Amino acid sequence: MIYDYLAELTGSGILAAIISSFIPLTFVLLFALFAVWLERKVSAHMQDRLGPMRTGWHGATQTIADILKLLQKEDIVASDTDKKLFNIAPFLVFAGSYAAFAAIPFSSTYIGSNLDLGLLFIIAASSIVVAGILMAGWASNNKYSLLGAMRSAAQIISYEIPTVLVILSIIMITGTLNLATLSEWQTGYFWNWLILGGPGLSVGKFLLIPFMFSSFLIMYTSTLAEVNRTPFDIPEAESELVAGYHTEYSGIKFAMFFLAEYANMYAVSAIVTAIFLGGYQSPIGYLGNLLGISWLVPVEQFFWFAAKGIFFVFVQMWLRWTLPRLRVDQLMAVCWKYLIPIAFVNLIIVGLITLL
Amino acid sequence: MKTEEIFQVLKEKFGDSIIELNTANIEPFILVNPFEIDKISYFLRDTEQFLFDNLMLLSGVDDANGTKANDIITGGTLSVYYHLESTQLNHKVVLRVSTPRENPEVVSVEEVWRSADWHEREAYDMFGIIFLNHPDLRRILMPYDWEFGFPLRKDYKNPEFYQGMKIPY
Amino acid sequence: MSLKTEEMVLNLGPQHPSTHGVLRLELKLEGELIINVTPHLGYLHRCFEKHAEAMTYPQIIPYTDRMDYLAAMGNEFGYVVAVERLLGIQVPERVEYIRVIMAEFQRIASHLVALGTFGNDIGAMTPFLFCFRDREMILSLFEMVCGARMLYNYMWVGGLSHDLHPDFIRNAKEFIPYFRPKVKELNDLLTGNKIFIERCANVGVLPLETAINYGTSGPVLRGSGLKWDVRKNDPYSIYDRFDFDIPVGEGLVGTVGDCWDRYYVRVLEMEQSLKIIEQAFEALPEGDVTSAIPKRIKPPIGQLYSRVENPRGELGYFIISNGAANPFRVKVKGPSFVNLEVINELCKGHLIADVIAVLGSIDIVLGEVDR
Repeated sequence: MIYDYLAELTGSGILAAIISSFIPLTFVLLFALFAVWLERKVSAHMQDRLGPMRTGWHGATQTIADILKLLQKEDIVASDTDKKLFNIAPFLVFAGSYAAFAAIPFSSTYIGSNLDLGLLFIIAASSIVVAGILMAGWASNNKYSLLGAMRSAAQIISYEIPTVLVILSIIMITGTLNLATLSEWQTGYFWNWLILGGPGLSVGKFLLIPFMFSSFLIMYTSTLAEVNRTPFDIPEAESELVAGYHTEYSGIKFAMFFLAEYANMYAVSAIVTAIFLGGYQSPIGYLGNLLGISWLVPVEQFFWFAAKGIFFVFVQMWLRWTLPRLRVDQLMAVCWKYLIPIAFVNLIIVGLITLL
Repeated sequence: MKTEEIFQVLKEKFGDSIIELNTANIEPFILVNPFEIDKISYFLRDTEQFLFDNLMLLSGVDDANGTKANDIITGGTLSVYYHLESTQLNHKVVLRVSTPRENPEVVSVEEVWRSADWHEREAYDMFGIIFLNHPDLRRILMPYDWEFGFPLRKDYKNPEFYQGMKIPY
Repeated sequence: MSLKTEEMVLNLGPQHPSTHGVLRLELKLEGELIINVTPHLGYLHRCFEKHAEAMTYPQIIPYTDRMDYLAAMGNEFGYVVAVERLLGIQVPERVEYIRVIMAEFQRIASHLVALGTFGNDIGAMTPFLFCFRDREMILSLFEMVCGARMLYNYMWVGGLSHDLHPDFIRNAKEFIPYFRPKVKELNDLLTGNKIFIERCANVGVLPLETAINYGTSGPVLRGSGLKWDVRKNDPYSIYDRFDFDIPVGEGLVGTVGDCWDRYYVRVLEMEQSLKIIEQAFEALPEGDVTSAIPKRIKPPIGQLYSRVENPRGELGYFIISNGAANPFRVKVKGPSFVNLEVINELCKGHLIADVIAVLGSIDIVLGEVDR
């Protein structure tokens, strides 16, 4: 593990922990740079136009230009706001979405902290985001922001329930909440992935396949709602509430919200791939194993992990630019009247199948 | 139905309230009493042979037929034209009322045709015609605190300053 | 013991991404339910009617363009038809056909804006760009013929300012088969989308009685079920020679007169406009477009109300002439001004998101509301 390697190198556990926690930070920042560019190009090509073309090759350095612009903008704080809450809120939102990266395995040798309660920690830590959003909405002293923040809080809290129900059914099959163990358990080729029933070859595996697909869809939809992306983007609905809970922010704080959104998108995509699609496992075997170079395997695993995560982020962007937005009562109805009953039925049936 | 026939029927029912029928120009109109216009409108909307259920346009006009002295007009009338049509029987009629300039009052037809609500507010805003029984007569296009007169009158002059901003430039 | 709640007043202020211009809507809310909607107008009032009294009849035409700036050809059409009726002159056949072609292209362009921005307000941001891509083609056609993309000054009293360029005829004939599958693409992407239907069906239902009483016209009235179109019921120019249909809202998903009906009426009207353009191109005669333009326009004393079918409804011009070169009074009935009144009736008991949907389906342009 990288933590052990660093502890040996520096001789101090705390220093190793600090350095080890910066690795996902660099990954998140680089990913955010890439994801903003990807979103602009994907949306442009879907809308039959080109997107950024002038800053670098096909607009590749557009994000850097935007970050530089945001950093040097004036930090406007409205006069009647609650200054403490207003200033803390963006950082809390970013901290919440970044905390989830601690328990995600990037490859077989690197995981931020090998918690046995990994999934539970992730769900709990990303709920801090709700507090940050409510603070942002309230402290802005703006009716629109308040409405956006309340809707967002209601949405995130409601959609955690189907997520947790799906996680319960995963526990019944695998018996562990640790994402590293889950990814290890799905070794082999792609037919050993959980979405296709898990490793081994038994009747249970084939019976599980449709229920794993439906669990996957439920989890993907609920996590889409947790990160406030269309069709669930009521809190930041541009055409109704101008920009929802981050209307009043400018400069660095707005950049924090922006960064937090993309970090969150990647985090939930990473969780979904870690659970259902084998995490860092490759679908077709390892080149390192073939060539006998053993240190190549973790690098390849990291590459597969990043690729699967980016694919799901791309699907999220695809959905955003195709589908219209749900109204707030319809959104709640989808969660409480459709997703939760289906998730319950799923849970019961998966439980029955694992008894076989 | 033609305007002449409508005029005959109205004259029989309302007598003196219907003042005259003017067919001099390309579009004939019927001149009626401004204080009876709501009863006439109810009659025109509800009777079987007319069924004028759509008020197409309600416009105020400054007739500019008073005496002009020092750029101010005194005397003369302000008029309101009503253009009605029927979506079922497919005919049209034009009514007109005239009120004196100094004290322009016309009964509102807002209860008969709801579209008259904003049209009458605009006539009030632009000409100063007071519509009696209107639920909410206030300015609609000019700012709510515009106290310098009624813009579309022929003798209207723009003020110098409005809330500290200079108007002519 | 009941819960004490207070009403909140929310301002969908003059600056807002979805109010299609500078319109201020004052919403009285209870939680998220709407109790009352009060529109406040006048932010774009440019005193068209006062200006018209100071100019001669031909000089007013650029001003009429700027009232409903998204359907400028329709505005000019209405004005020149009114003045020609007042003067009693007849224009050459070629002029009539070209005017109809321009008005129908303008109808398609205006409906594309309406549908695109409606989809954008609902949250589907891609059809907006598809619609604007197709509208660009129409705007370059207009640029070929009169040099301007949006505000034309093309239709003059008694004729037109320029004749058609031969490139225009060729490109316009190519546009028609290009555009037909695009309407189908829009239907696939937006009209049949389950989320879109849930947002629009049964929202903002306008019963027919209320629609007629409030004096609405255009797709708002047709969406409530009445087959009423000025081009058929009170024909002007040469519209009685063409064979086209009037689409009416039938409540295919949800109730008759909801937002989806008004939206769908506009989609079907674009197809009908293509039909009219095809028939007009087939019958287009030769001639001189500037031969009947009078040197001096001084209509006889009298007044006249004449109306045309604009994409947003029935545009009417009431012109009073006292024999001089300037009109005595020009009053414009802007269809958006009249259609906007019903918003209070339509929004009662709905949520804030529905106000945006209703406003988008009524399709107003503030230039016409405020003049």
